[in-house]
Amino acid sequence: MRIIPFLLSLLLTVGLILCLNRQWGGLQKTPPFGPFFSPQHGFWQNAEPVNKSFDGSLSLPGLKGKGDVYFDENLVPHVFAANHVDASYIQGYLHARFRLWQMEFQTFAAAGRVSEVLGAGPGNAYINYDRSMRRLGMVTAAKAALEEMEKDSVVKADCDAYTAGVNAYISQLKGSELPLEYKLLNYSPEPWTNLKIALFVKYMAYDLAGHDNDFEMTNAKSFFSKEDFAKLYPEVQDSVDPIIPKGTRFSPPGFAPKAPATVDSQYLHFPLTVTAAESKPDPDNGSNNWAISGSKTMSHRPILCNDPHLSTNLPAIWYQMQIHTPDYNVYGVSFPGAPYVIIGFNDSCAWGITNAERDVRDYYTIKFKDETRREYWYNGKWVPADQRVDTIVVKGGLPFYDTVASTVFGPVMYDPSFPGFSEEGTTRSYAVHWKPAEPSDEIRTFSRFQSMRNYSDYKEAIVTFKSPGQNFVFADKGGVVAIWQQGEFPAKWKEQGRFVMPGEDSSYRWQGSIPQQENPTMLLDTLDSGRGFVSSANQLPVDTSYPYYLGIDFPPYRGLIINRMLSSMNSITTADMMSMQKNNYDVFAAMARPLLLRNIHEERLSTDEKNYLNVFRNWNCQNDPNEEGPVIFQYWWRHLTKDIYDDEFSKSSLNMMRPYESTLLESLLKDSAYSFIDNVNTPEKETLQQVVTASFLQAVPDLAAAANAGKLTWAKNKDTWVRHLLRIPQLSRTNVPIGGGVHCINAAKKLHGPSWRMIVELTDKTQAYGIYPGGQSGNPGSRYYDNFVDKWAAGDYNSLWVMGPGEVKDSHVKWTVHFSNQ
Amino acid sequence: MIKFFVSILLIALLSFICGLFFPWWTIAIAAFIVSLLIPQRPLASFFAGFVALFLLWGGLAAYFDMANNSILSARIAGMVYLHGSSVALLLVTGFIGALVGGGGSLTAAFLRK
Repeated sequence: MRIIPFLLSLLLTVGLILCLNRQWGGLQKTPPFGPFFSPQHGFWQNAEPVNKSFDGSLSLPGLKGKGDVYFDENLVPHVFAANHVDASYIQGYLHARFRLWQMEFQTFAAAGRVSEVLGAGPGNAYINYDRSMRRLGMVTAAKAALEEMEKDSVVKADCDAYTAGVNAYISQLKGSELPLEYKLLNYSPEPWTNLKIALFVKYMAYDLAGHDNDFEMTNAKSFFSKEDFAKLYPEVQDSVDPIIPKGTRFSPPGFAPKAPATVDSQYLHFPLTVTAAESKPDPDNGSNNWAISGSKTMSHRPILCNDPHLSTNLPAIWYQMQIHTPDYNVYGVSFPGAPYVIIGFNDSCAWGITNAERDVRDYYTIKFKDETRREYWYNGKWVPADQRVDTIVVKGGLPFYDTVASTVFGPVMYDPSFPGFSEEGTTRSYAVHWKPAEPSDEIRTFSRFQSMRNYSDYKEAIVTFKSPGQNFVFADKGGVVAIWQQGEFPAKWKEQGRFVMPGEDSSYRWQGSIPQQENPTMLLDTLDSGRGFVSSANQLPVDTSYPYYLGIDFPPYRGLIINRMLSSMNSITTADMMSMQKNNYDVFAAMARPLLLRNIHEERLSTDEKNYLNVFRNWNCQNDPNEEGPVIFQYWWRHLTKDIYDDEFSKSSLNMMRPYESTLLESLLKDSAYSFIDNVNTPEKETLQQVVTASFLQAVPDLAAAANAGKLTWAKNKDTWVRHLLRIPQLSRTNVPIGGGVHCINAAKKLHGPSWRMIVELTDKTQAYGIYPGGQSGNPGSRYYDNFVDKWAAGDYNSLWVMGPGEVKDSHVKWTVHFSNQ
Repeated sequence: MIKFFVSILLIALLSFICGLFFPWWTIAIAAFIVSLLIPQRPLASFFAGFVALFLLWGGLAAYFDMANNSILSARIAGMVYLHGSSVALLLVTGFIGALVGGGGSLTAAFLRK
């Protein structure tokens, strides 16, 4: 033996293995290269053969009876189960089989456990995210929800079975079969629990009811004069066409909240400023839905349409499926992470949802006795605050301990130890009251939807739904069409919770909820000869005669164009609905264009500049992928907004709410001498013509740069992504050729858009169509990972095949999996 | 020469079997054991382990890649700065296995000598 070369060689080999077996890098870590590249362990195992057979038979002891799953050509499963419990078990199994990493990661995100998987993040961003989710009370909310869920025997049995199904898949999973992302990040799944279902439900509540502008509005109120404030943040939009038509009569309120005696001095006129900054989900998490009576359709049967707008993620938020049991036969999309079909139809009716966008998150300033935050001033004395210590596990670092105080209003969200996402820090403390943190059982609504047969079943199903408030649209084969804005909404006195409220006594607390039967609703039965449709697109639900305060955060334009189009249409077909869901007409641009063209000094423009203006002038106001008009309009409007408001807003370093686009447009249309047009930094008084012309001239260099970069056409400029949850470009679809935009029915933005377009015609044999940006498999190595994306971008649909029990031999059936307990 | 080819064959075979049941780094042990049983000069031994694992890992990866129409390899090759080249990714895969296999075999050769 040559001892020295031997030892050297041994050392080198072992050293090499150790190096290849660990992750490298700082904030963004590499996968461990050895196991990652090993063809028998690593990512090559996730390279699914394109002609893979999904046939199989599984023996799973948790099942009560036998079940069969038939996959069609799009890998959509058609589940035939012996009962609803087995259906939930199989659904859990399938979700895990195709979407395990995503469903677990989403619940980690909900529970504030992202650092555990990803590390501290750049500038501790992931720790801050985790702190914000935990402080908001996501975990306590999920636990409270779970308790409610388990009180309902149907929901309890289904959740138990769903969880067992997920775990049946996880427990037989070999390391080499782990989803790609586990291998990339070097961790393994933990067992699924019912709590994770509740966490997922709360994650959706956060996504859809976790938005407010209380801090920015508080600062704006303190900075601007009363007159300016009213001009910047008007309480009603002129262009709004509410969900419930204007002029509808409402009965007097069943509950009348009373404003505190100090409301003027301590609240509305109190100059509070806030330096903490919130984390917020996408402000445009909205959606469209509508249902049309048979009186307006070609088939004389109702048609129901829905397209919820969510982040366009890969793996997609939705998983499409059919579930057939002896009690019901339901088709639609489900959430990997929760049982049931969430949006869809059964043999009797169809339903869809959009977000209500009501403000259910309010803040209170808390006066603590000292920095320990153990006592706070409330109703004239120091009272003890509850305190808990949250332990945030950080991958590759020490655990982070967060001490969180809690008050009668709710948990303290921001304090000197956690200013949120502000660089400045905060000296004050703010407690949060968030409606979804209260106990509720939203899953129950969906459990009842699976088997509902008529309007009264639908009403019974939604009545307990609390958060996030939704517009539930409904249509059945009997011809009934209806909409309810359902949720448990706090009954607020005027402007309650618009700003941060004083937290030194009980007078500013929420006093009660709006009685459920007073929630906005509209019912069209077969005899209806009126409007012939119901619709919602996150706009203000009712006009100002509704006896409760609703706030002002409601986008008006999609609702306006939907109602305008539906009103003018008759003998409607599903083909009409397809072209409507992908409609790119920008009604906001159409309203703004005459104003811009009327006020520009064309004589001042060079030939090149005039060319851009002419493109804009001749544009059809369709935000189609190859149009240049939307790009010109976007740049022009952006500069106009800056020119009008930046001089005033830059006088303060506070983070203040920027007025909505609708506010600027409506102000200029009403008043060409709108006071903000004047630049306060110049001695002269600018006119609308000057500022419209100047902003156009400022936009021209941007347009020239965009043209040079090949980004003068709308889709290229907008660059829509269907983005992997880890934001890795190679696992995402970038530069998707789709038009539309924030004010269009086809609300496709950069990272956000119609996440499931569905059309259901309730003829004797249901005709249904649907498409979502993604694919049925969550595996980036599968051909079914993103195979719907191009179709979605083009505005095409898959025909939704509702399989019957006798159609096992149908040509749609490509693969079969038999489930049994033996 | 025959020793060399037999070594390659046996290392690849044993590594493949190890890969089915044990962690990835057992390829080094497979190469070590075979090279211990079939003694060669250190350089020859190293190359036997190197070539065996290059062919095994590269070959398996190429087999998976073809069945997958390179869907995944193009994505991964983009992530690891190989400009989306599946071929480059296959070569890197083979090379990583080859280094470890070669190391195992070399160590065995020095132990025998």
